[in-house]
Amino acid sequence: MKVPLSRIAQARSGDKGEGSNVGVMARSETAYAFLKEHLTTEVVRKHFHAINGAGNVTRYEADNMHVLNFLLSDSLGGGGSASIRTDAQGKTHGLGLLRMELEVPSTVLDATPED
Amino acid sequence: MTKKTVRIANGQGFWGDSILGPVRLMREGPLDYLTLDYLAEVTLSIMQKLRERDPSKGFAVDFVRMIDRVAADLVKKDVKVIANAGGVNPHACKDALLEVLARHGLNDMKIAVVEGDDILDRLDELMAEGEEFRNMDTGEPLSNVRDRVTSANVYLGAFPIAEALGEGARIVLTGRGTDPGLVLGPLIHEFGWGVKDEALLAAGTVAGHIVECGAQCSGGNYTDWRKIPNLAMVGYPIIEANEDGTFHVTKHEGTGGLVTRDTVRHQLVYEMGDPDRYLTPDCIANFASVRLHDEGNDRVRVDGIEGSAATDTYKVSLSYHDGWKATGQLTISGPDALEKARLCADIVWKRLAYDGFEYGPDERMEEYVGSGVCHAGIDGGETTDPPEVVLRMGVKGPDRKKVDRFGSELVPLVTSGPPGVTGFAAGRPKATEIIGFWPALVKKERIPTRVHVFS
Repeated sequence: MKVPLSRIAQARSGDKGEGSNVGVMARSETAYAFLKEHLTTEVVRKHFHAINGAGNVTRYEADNMHVLNFLLSDSLGGGGSASIRTDAQGKTHGLGLLRMELEVPSTVLDATPED
Repeated sequence: MTKKTVRIANGQGFWGDSILGPVRLMREGPLDYLTLDYLAEVTLSIMQKLRERDPSKGFAVDFVRMIDRVAADLVKKDVKVIANAGGVNPHACKDALLEVLARHGLNDMKIAVVEGDDILDRLDELMAEGEEFRNMDTGEPLSNVRDRVTSANVYLGAFPIAEALGEGARIVLTGRGTDPGLVLGPLIHEFGWGVKDEALLAAGTVAGHIVECGAQCSGGNYTDWRKIPNLAMVGYPIIEANEDGTFHVTKHEGTGGLVTRDTVRHQLVYEMGDPDRYLTPDCIANFASVRLHDEGNDRVRVDGIEGSAATDTYKVSLSYHDGWKATGQLTISGPDALEKARLCADIVWKRLAYDGFEYGPDERMEEYVGSGVCHAGIDGGETTDPPEVVLRMGVKGPDRKKVDRFGSELVPLVTSGPPGVTGFAAGRPKATEIIGFWPALVKKERIPTRVHVFS
């Protein structure tokens, strides 16, 4: 079934040098295992193509918190005080990622309570 | 013997946070320590400028105002305060504070100042000794921008804060230090943790990180925001710490907001890099080892934290003049709001070009706020026919005159653009300085710290 990422995960983002970090927090262990496999750097890089431009995406994992942490290297239009974009700190990038539509198996949905 | 628990709150998450955070923490329940963070990356550069103009300035005046409001309670409830409010002029901050305390009849309250973070005057000496201050992101040596440097501050650790508390200070003022150090300092002091107690230092560091952005761990900026009760009266976070490094995250009873495993992990991922290696001057904390146990009732127990020895360098936060910028905005009503806004932007660039002012693709910006700016290029994040739109435009570059010239072509659209252009009350945008941020490292052995106690 196609659902937004927000159905199975939470997120928060913020600035990190000239880029931003997006912490994705799965709503269940099953959802975490699914996201580890499907929410790849490539998928996230394409999703943020207009915001991160040609910038890189790096992924870290924290199994203890069911967290995937993505670093977008060039998502702020220049870092800190140099950016003249509205979202110069990447505060909204987390919600931007949660808009992603994903094909999620019903087994994962059944094991993941809605918020 | 009863086991000691130490209660440490954070009442200020950043420069500009609400004064109600600390004021309410002092009113609404028990506390041992109140910590406050007033410094962002570029704050010190701004404070440096203020001090150049007036030697009695260059610190967080908000802090002094806050103490003025809670001074009587600090004594009555026996709460100690730790704040990086000293900025680049901690002694001026201390003097302003002593004046306020004297007005409240508190002449014998000890105040400590932690010094050593401000190395602006020592830069050339340190560079001559071999410190290159290479930019941690780009690898460039500082010599490339040395003549434009406006501030240079070392992120000091928690041990000088503990030393100040050991000398009986009731208020500890620092300049630049790590944010988690504001919480770790009192824990080192209370429990006698040493530099080799890496797991304990890591635990205190994680505790500090969880509360360092104030209400961001107690319901603020939370994905499932509808679930958060009474955000208006959100409770600022409190750490209840034990000698063995375990702790609870909680808030005062009856306050708004929410503390759960999920609100706490929201803050753990904030500004996170590699979770295995969270570097501070006191230790390397492993966020991937943190265990969160939701006990209900706005209490989360945290344990399992691992850490390892700190590196032999401090991080340095330098800032330098990096050109000029100007931004301005107009509101454009429908019908056809977006189409008209695009025409407006086009008109501005054409008029500027007619007068000889052209801006490269990296030097100019236009945004159509309301049509999908924050989530540009993302499905569901954009719309083509908003009922109205805010046109935001900006330029940047090394030439101040060229940046200022842009500002005078925005407002004329009201009478010489398409119909429905309004919202120009702010007037002409003016060039403001871009403060470049330059992160670097310096050998710890070259940075002595000092603690002075006053009353």
